[in-house]
Amino acid sequence: MSYNYPDSSGHFEQFGGIYMAETLIPAVEELRQQYLRFRDDPEFKAEFAYELKHYVGRPSPIYHAKRLSDSLGGAQIYLKREDLNHTGAHKINNAIGQALLAKRMGKKRVIAETGAGMHGVATATVAARFGMECIVYMGAEDIQRQAPNVFRMKLLGATVVPVESGSKTLKDACNEAIRDWVTNVENTFYIFGTAAGPHPYPMMVRDFQCVIGNEARVQMPEMIGRQPDAVIACVGGGSNAIGLFYPYIEEKNVQIIGVEAGGHGIASGSHAAPLTGNAKVGVLHGNKVYLMQDENGQIIETHSISAGLDYPGVGPEHCLLKDLGRAQYVAINDDEALAAFDSLCRFEGIIPALESSHALAHAIKIAPGMGKDKVLLVNLSGRGDKDMNTVARIKGITL
Amino acid sequence: MSRIDTTFAQLKQQQRKALIPFITAGDPSQQLTVPLMHGLVAAGADVLELGVPFSDPMADGPTIQRASERALKNGMSLRGVLGMVAEFRKQDAATPVVLMGYGNPIEAMGWEIFAQRCAEVGVDGVLTVDFPPEESHEAFEHLQRHNIAPIFLLAPTTNEERIENVAKLARGYVYYVSLKGVTGAGNLDLSAIEQKLPQLRKHIKLPIGVGFGIRDAETARAVSKLCDGVVVGSRIVQEIENSNENNVVANVGKLVKELRQAIDQ
Repeated sequence: MSYNYPDSSGHFEQFGGIYMAETLIPAVEELRQQYLRFRDDPEFKAEFAYELKHYVGRPSPIYHAKRLSDSLGGAQIYLKREDLNHTGAHKINNAIGQALLAKRMGKKRVIAETGAGMHGVATATVAARFGMECIVYMGAEDIQRQAPNVFRMKLLGATVVPVESGSKTLKDACNEAIRDWVTNVENTFYIFGTAAGPHPYPMMVRDFQCVIGNEARVQMPEMIGRQPDAVIACVGGGSNAIGLFYPYIEEKNVQIIGVEAGGHGIASGSHAAPLTGNAKVGVLHGNKVYLMQDENGQIIETHSISAGLDYPGVGPEHCLLKDLGRAQYVAINDDEALAAFDSLCRFEGIIPALESSHALAHAIKIAPGMGKDKVLLVNLSGRGDKDMNTVARIKGITL
Repeated sequence: MSRIDTTFAQLKQQQRKALIPFITAGDPSQQLTVPLMHGLVAAGADVLELGVPFSDPMADGPTIQRASERALKNGMSLRGVLGMVAEFRKQDAATPVVLMGYGNPIEAMGWEIFAQRCAEVGVDGVLTVDFPPEESHEAFEHLQRHNIAPIFLLAPTTNEERIENVAKLARGYVYYVSLKGVTGAGNLDLSAIEQKLPQLRKHIKLPIGVGFGIRDAETARAVSKLCDGVVVGSRIVQEIENSNENNVVANVGKLVKELRQAIDQ
């Protein structure tokens, strides 16, 4: 395999790294050593596989969205149903992997940041499953947007801490979780939710999420006798996307498309699409990545209808895949994502998360221009139950 | 000899410890930063740490977070901070000034231009909280070319191998973070600092300053007995927050005088 990242120091060429305060560097280094130790340990792998099968319900199926495809008159759209996982999204794959590692490292307290709340719910779930104390940091703005998930986390026994600083969204929740970690570093494991942050997180989260792409590579030939023409996933930090993409990197005939949150449109400046919007390289939350910032290097506030994509940075491996030209990154605006959300509800009886609706919207956009024999595999990374309030508000409906 | 080295050499001769106050540039206003810097020196500060505000100050507690927010609201930028140092140098050619902050504003400017500008305006040292030695190669190269001291943090969690590495790279002084936590935290443990310092001294021949969580004159005095310099940040920023534009320089001066007297006792 010619593609082999990150290097031993956690870099994906110029991206990635360990940009953290000194107090946390030994913790990050310990995590790296422990992860490398257990990654190939047969017992760890067996336990991870067992949990994914019996607790999460894997493998997640692939579904041919035939009515939707027929309505578009072009390429066939297939969905990787991560929405059918326990807790309703791909986030649980990674949360279980990290919780198993935390258990082996003797850490009894776990913390997490969350945007849409799906990673918070996944972390609260595994904390309950493995008997750990759980603190979830969530932007005050997101707590408003995602009230059902806040209640779910509390039911699962987690403490949800509202973050009032900055833009009160995902990036500020990250800041606060890092502050907790630096204070409680001895007994605390930070279950980071996306394939970003300091090394080894981008690599470790990718590895745990690769179950998505690994399954798809087996399932697609079983269903259609070959691999799809393109794999498509939404990209905030980019964990569901890298989980699908990574196993396809060496499949040169498969196009890889990441879909960022275009918000009100790239030209408006009100979006969360660092790759599509040609953001400059910068450093935030432990890694060097393409980062939305002003000319003075201050991080700017982002906008997306979907809380899970509302983040100014993106994982380092996506930055590299963009530079290498191996993956293509595009943006889908709020209104396009909402239209795709409606289409999937009406044509297939599936309510997708607003995050996943971005990936779906891009497939809907390009399918009509492709032949009927072409196949697009979309990662349906989560279900949309959590988005009822947001969608109702936009439609002018009071629940 | 650099201003930092000269300052610590003189202090050593006088058998005194350095007082190193921190303020955020642009807080409470851009106009008051340079007068505050002069006020700090008049009240007995030996080295000034000038905070470069950042939108996402992950290593800071609520007090300095708020100061950063106020400063950014006041239009403070890295360029502006460098201009303030130039202004300060018109009247003070001796007191070392260290810029402290996060790496991204410098990345955005470019390390080469930044280091050159630091040399031009009279910055003596640079501390980037989120750039550990592993990620500081480029920074180090440019700072060294312009004789700007890279100031590194060491922490209670830092192991011996890392201390040795920092000992090789650091110039000026080394900043020991006295506690596991953010700036201004309340869990300072004197005996833990005392236990860690011999391990640091074994490798580090530069002066060692200690900071994070030093909230009053008595703690400053106790900490100063263990090291070469005491860094006080959040407590001073709190004083700025609780003052108005007419009395802020006087109030901060009074506080720093108290700290000075305590350390000199």
